[in-house]
Amino acid sequence: MSRMVDCRDAYSKTLEEMASADERIVAVVNDSVGSTKLKGFFAKFPRRSINIGIAEQNMVGVAAGLANGGKIPYVCAAACFLTARAMEQIKIDLGYSQYNVKLVGISSGMAYGELGPTHHSIEDVGWMRIIPNMTVIVPADSIETQAVMRYSAAHEGPIFLRISRVPVPDLLPAGMNFELGKTVCLRKGNDITLMANGVMVCRALQAAEDLQKSGISARVLNMSSVKPIDREAIQDAARTTGGIVTAEEHSIYGGLGGAVAEIVAQTHPAKMRILGVPGVFAPTGSAEFLLEHFGLTAEGIRAAAVQLLESR
Amino acid sequence: MRFSSTIDLVRLKKQAVRTRIRSLQMVHRAKLGHPGGDFSCADILTALYGAVLRVDPSHPRDPQRDRFIMSKGHCSGALYATLAAVGFLTGADLDTYMAPLSRLNGHPDRNKVPGVEANTGPLGHGLPIAVGCAMAAKMSDASWQTFVLVGDGELQEGSNWEAVMAAAQFKLDNLVLIIDRNRIQQGDFTENTICMEPLAERCRSFGWVVHEIDGHDMQALVECFRAAPFTQGKPSCVLAHTIKGKGVSFMENRPEWHHHVPSGDELERAIVELEESLL
Repeated sequence: MSRMVDCRDAYSKTLEEMASADERIVAVVNDSVGSTKLKGFFAKFPRRSINIGIAEQNMVGVAAGLANGGKIPYVCAAACFLTARAMEQIKIDLGYSQYNVKLVGISSGMAYGELGPTHHSIEDVGWMRIIPNMTVIVPADSIETQAVMRYSAAHEGPIFLRISRVPVPDLLPAGMNFELGKTVCLRKGNDITLMANGVMVCRALQAAEDLQKSGISARVLNMSSVKPIDREAIQDAARTTGGIVTAEEHSIYGGLGGAVAEIVAQTHPAKMRILGVPGVFAPTGSAEFLLEHFGLTAEGIRAAAVQLLESR
Repeated sequence: MRFSSTIDLVRLKKQAVRTRIRSLQMVHRAKLGHPGGDFSCADILTALYGAVLRVDPSHPRDPQRDRFIMSKGHCSGALYATLAAVGFLTGADLDTYMAPLSRLNGHPDRNKVPGVEANTGPLGHGLPIAVGCAMAAKMSDASWQTFVLVGDGELQEGSNWEAVMAAAQFKLDNLVLIIDRNRIQQGDFTENTICMEPLAERCRSFGWVVHEIDGHDMQALVECFRAAPFTQGKPSCVLAHTIKGKGVSFMENRPEWHHHVPSGDELERAIVELEESLL
């Protein structure tokens, strides 16, 4: 496996490159210039850098106004505060008003580890997914993060982009183009399908390798595009493999697993296992500890796949 | 459009009365609406659209237009009647107010109604958006101005004060906040609910320049709006003292008229009183 990378560096570096080429790009933060890795952006583009202070509702409303004035604002903040605190502004000022604002939810999932459930963001995909006109993307590595960033500026409409700070290896081909609503098949297989996004993709790939040792051929799909979602790939997995295991650093309610289940149940019912945080607030522990605690590991995915196949 | 420096007060005053009549007819027909607040802000809206805002109904999204954000979106009756008076909507549109599938929802939708800048309704949204608009104009070295109208009860929403602080910090002298100070919110007088006073002092203490005016004095409204920015480098606040239900004796200053729907008899009597004021 290649070296482990913090995807925040990829997003902030790409944002700087994009801002050099497009004067409309503006960064908006809530005091978190450091944790959003935007010190470089603020130094290079001071007129297009807005630190709105610790005020998330105003931050999202201001972004809608900037979009009204022809700018392309990237609102970059800890995912937990950005989504929960500004939910009504996201729903009304961005989703309903259809303002062209990009939300970059940093350190999503349980990345803040020991800081506890106040700082975890394991509901954000569910909340964002329900809002009409909102696009939801959870990239798997730094290469896909760069590709999604480049895609986002050309996309007309609000996007929620979920970026972890938990290091992951680079998995996708350098220089790839991101295609909204399309999965990337990272490994072919016909016995079972493993669907994952974000920090869980590398773990799903490891699980597929481990399953191969038991003679189980697992397909691995990178489900970075949660909304819109690749209905064809999901239906094909339901039809041609023996079941689907989803894995996400999110609540088991309303996230990737829910999105996949909505399609599977209504088109080609197939057995599923939805791996995530099981509807509880996490205990104290580092991000790695908590992923392990909730079975969000290669071994957890492998075991769920075996159990699903045995239950058929 | 650009307005001449002379103000046609007679025309504007008559238009404000017609806006009240039209909005009350709309509320009566829809059996829904917020006539008390429609009436308190009718003069403010008429002054803005009739003599201040540089907006063009034939180019509603002209990048150089002034922005007006109706944060108190529940007073859509007055807003739509005003937009129709200046050509963004037709009289026939107004007859569909809140009818099934009408583009005239109870709260305005910018993607359906030309001239609307933001979908408002939940309170405390308009001012943050207006701050963003003003920031965008500054970044682009553009000369257009941003006006936002909020209700006084609406200022109980904390998001407004986040935006009030930011506007002063970013020296947004291209932003004008208009407060419709009718002193009544949905259930009661503001001062019996959450005290707003001393409102002007509060705004000044946050770094704004505040002008207090009679929100039904057409000349004062136009002159005050045209005078913004009141001080270079500071955001402007117009604290407009108004009367909820203004212009109809049995509606004025009565909390129940926040969203009371007039009966046929009440509508007739209201129109008689309003038309008398036109003479």
